[in-house]
Amino acid sequence: MSNLLEANGIVKNYTGHKALDDVTVHVPEGSVYGLLGPNGAGKTTLIRIINHITAPDAGEVIFDGKPLTADDVKYIGYLPEERGLYKKMKVGEQAVFFARLKGLSKHDAEVRLREWFQRLEIDNWWNKKVEELSKGMAQKVQFIITVLHQPKLLIFDEPFSGFDPINANILKREILRLRDEGATVIFSTHNMNSVEELCDHITLINKSHNILTGNVEELRRSFGGNRFRITFEGDRAPLTEAITPLVSYIGEDEEENKSVGQSLIVELADKGARRELIDKANKSTELLGFEPLLPSINNIFINAVRNSTESASEIHPPVFKNL
Amino acid sequence: MQLSLIIQREYLERVRRKSFIITTVLMPIIMIGMMVFPALIAIWSGPEKKTIAVVDPAGIIGQGLPSEGELSFQAVDMSVEEAKADDKFDGVLVIGENLINDDTDASLFTREAVSMNTEQSISGELSRIVEQKRLAQYDIADLDQIIAAVQANVRMQTFTMGDDGEKETSSMASYLIGMVMMMVLYMFILMYGQMVMTSIIEEKANRVLEVVVSSVKPFTLMMGKILGIGFVALTQIVIWAFLLLAFTMWGLPAILSYASNMDADTLSLILGIGNPAYIMKLFGCMTLFLIGGYLFYSSIYAAIGSSVDNIQDASQLTSFAVMPIIIGLLIAITVVNDPTSQLAFWSSMIPFTSPMVMMARMPFGVPGWELAVSAVVLFLSVLFMIWLSAKIYRVGIFMYGKKPNIKELIKWAKYK
Repeated sequence: MSNLLEANGIVKNYTGHKALDDVTVHVPEGSVYGLLGPNGAGKTTLIRIINHITAPDAGEVIFDGKPLTADDVKYIGYLPEERGLYKKMKVGEQAVFFARLKGLSKHDAEVRLREWFQRLEIDNWWNKKVEELSKGMAQKVQFIITVLHQPKLLIFDEPFSGFDPINANILKREILRLRDEGATVIFSTHNMNSVEELCDHITLINKSHNILTGNVEELRRSFGGNRFRITFEGDRAPLTEAITPLVSYIGEDEEENKSVGQSLIVELADKGARRELIDKANKSTELLGFEPLLPSINNIFINAVRNSTESASEIHPPVFKNL
Repeated sequence: MQLSLIIQREYLERVRRKSFIITTVLMPIIMIGMMVFPALIAIWSGPEKKTIAVVDPAGIIGQGLPSEGELSFQAVDMSVEEAKADDKFDGVLVIGENLINDDTDASLFTREAVSMNTEQSISGELSRIVEQKRLAQYDIADLDQIIAAVQANVRMQTFTMGDDGEKETSSMASYLIGMVMMMVLYMFILMYGQMVMTSIIEEKANRVLEVVVSSVKPFTLMMGKILGIGFVALTQIVIWAFLLLAFTMWGLPAILSYASNMDADTLSLILGIGNPAYIMKLFGCMTLFLIGGYLFYSSIYAAIGSSVDNIQDASQLTSFAVMPIIIGLLIAITVVNDPTSQLAFWSSMIPFTSPMVMMARMPFGVPGWELAVSAVVLFLSVLFMIWLSAKIYRVGIFMYGKKPNIKELIKWAKYK
C-alpha cells in the first residue's frame, strides 16, 4: 500500500516555542489515520502545514508522490477544530459558496449538495439563515462542506465535539463510507475513545515530538501482555497485599459486571512474572478468573506520554515559557 | 477564480443589507432635502406672511417700506396702543417724528422674537429711506440718477498665474471644493477601512475564517475582502455622483431661481460644479487617490483586524491607522490656505497623508508631474503595505487570546 501523504522531518518554530520538532507522519492510501496528542501538542500546526496554510521551517510534505503545492489543497477536505459559518448567509447559498471555492461549478455544487442534504435529512434547511441553526446543525453543514468536493484526503480535527451520540454515529458511518469509496482519512483528536475503533494507524504527538507511530493492532499487541483482569470472591485486602510487590498498577475494573465476584485490573511490572502472579493470587483469595487484556489506545497514549515526559525531563533542563 | 468568488460574496453581503441601501440612497436625499426643503416650503406654501403696522405720524416713511418676502408693511392711522392691540398685526413699527435727525428714533414691537435678518433688513430699509430724505434736504438736481450712478457692488475676479496663461479661479470655490473632496475621501477611508477591520475580527471571532482558509490562501481571502468592500465603497460613490449630477441638472436651477440673494462666490462655485469637464477631472483624480488611499489604509486595518480577538482590543492598534489619517486631515485643512507651500508639497508625496492633502490642493491646480509622482509613490506604497499586511494577517488570524502589540506584529511578519 503506497502512502498518500508523507510529512518528513517537519519543524515549525514560533516565537518562544517550537510547535513541531522533527515530526514524521506517513499516511497509507485508503487508511484511517489517527493523529493523537494532548491539547497544544502541535497537531493543528501539522495539519495546517499539510493543508498548505502555513509553511514549515524545515522538512517536506509529499502528497500523492509529489511535493505538496497550493493546488493540491483542492484534493484535501479539512474540517478545522474551531469552525464557524457566515451567520447572515443562507445555508444553501453558503454551502454553494464553499463548494465553488473548492473548484466545483455552481451546478455540480447544487446537485451534490441536494443529495447530501437528503442523505443527512436536512433538505428543509436550504433557505434557513445560519444564525437560526443550532450548533449541531451547523456542524452537519460544515461536514458536508468538507467532503462535498470528493477529496482524496479528508482531515477531521476533533470532528465529534459538539455532536450528540446519534449524530456522531451518523457522522462515523458517513466517514467510513467515504473511506470505502477510496478516501484517506486523518483524525486529529485528544479524545482517543472517540476514534479508537475507526483508526488503522496512529501517531502520538506530545510536546512537539512524535513519540509513537504504528498500526493500531500491532501497537496494542506490543503494549499488551502485562495487563490482566483478576476476578475473585471474598476479601480484597489479602489479595492486593500479596500481589503488590509484583505489579506496577492496581485499579478498579471500570467495565465491571457484578454477576460473579469482584474484579481488579493489574499491570505486571515484569512480563515474565505471570505465573508467579497467578500463584500469589490463587493463594491469597478465592480466584475465579484470570484474563489477559489488550490495552486501549487511551492507555497506550497515557503511558507513552508519561514515559516521554519523564525521559524528556531527564535529558533537558526545565524550560520556562514566557506566556 | 477564488478571488472573484470572495469579492462577490463580500460585495453582495453588504450591498444587499438594508442599512447600505438606506445610507446610500437616503443620506444624499436627506442632505439635499435639508438644503432644498426650506426653499420649496417657501415656494409652495408661501411664507407665513407677517403684517407689520407702521405708525408714522410725521409721514416720514409713508408707503416707502416695500413688502418683501415674509414681511408686509401697512401704514396705519392709529395710535401706537391701538395698533398693538389689533390682532391683525404681528408687529408695530413706530417711526419717531425726529428720525431724520436722530437715528435712534424708531422702535419695533413684535409678538414673537424677531430674527436677526428681519431686524437687519428693516433697519437697512429705514436707513436707505432716511439717507434719501437727508440727501433730498440738500436740493440736488437729478438726485435719483446720481444715486443710481454711484451705487456700487464690487465683485472681484481672481486669477492664478501659470505657464499656460491666466486661468480664472475663485479661491473661495476652490477652497470649498477642496474641502468637500477631502472630507469625502477622509470619510470613505476611515469608514470603509474600519469596515474591513471589523469584518475580519468578526470572521475570526466566529471561526468561519478557519473554514475558509482550508480552501483559500489567507492572502486571497484578505485581498478578496479588501477589494469586495472597496467595490461597495465605489458603488456608493458612483450612486452619490449620479445623485449629485441629477441634482445639479434639475435641482440646482430651481434653487437658483429662488435664491436671488446668493453671493458671487457661491454662484461661481455652483457654476464651477456645473462645468462637466472640470468636474470630471476632479472626480477622476479623487477616485484615483481614493482608491490608493483606501487600499493603503484598509490593508493596515486588515493586519490589525487579523491580530486581535475583539473590537475592544483593537483600539490601541487602530491608532496606527487613525493617527496618520487625522494628521493628513489637519495638514489638508492648513494647506488650503497655502496650497503651494513646502508642507503642502511634501505631505502630498508621503503616502500616509497624500490622499487627503492632494484632494485639498487639487482645485487650486497642481502641476501634472506632482500629481503623477504622488500617485506613483502612493500605489507603490500600496503594494508594499499589502505585502506586509498579508504577512501579518496570515499569522494573526490563528492567534487567539492575547492582545498583541506592534512589536509582535513585526515578529509575525518575519515568520516563514
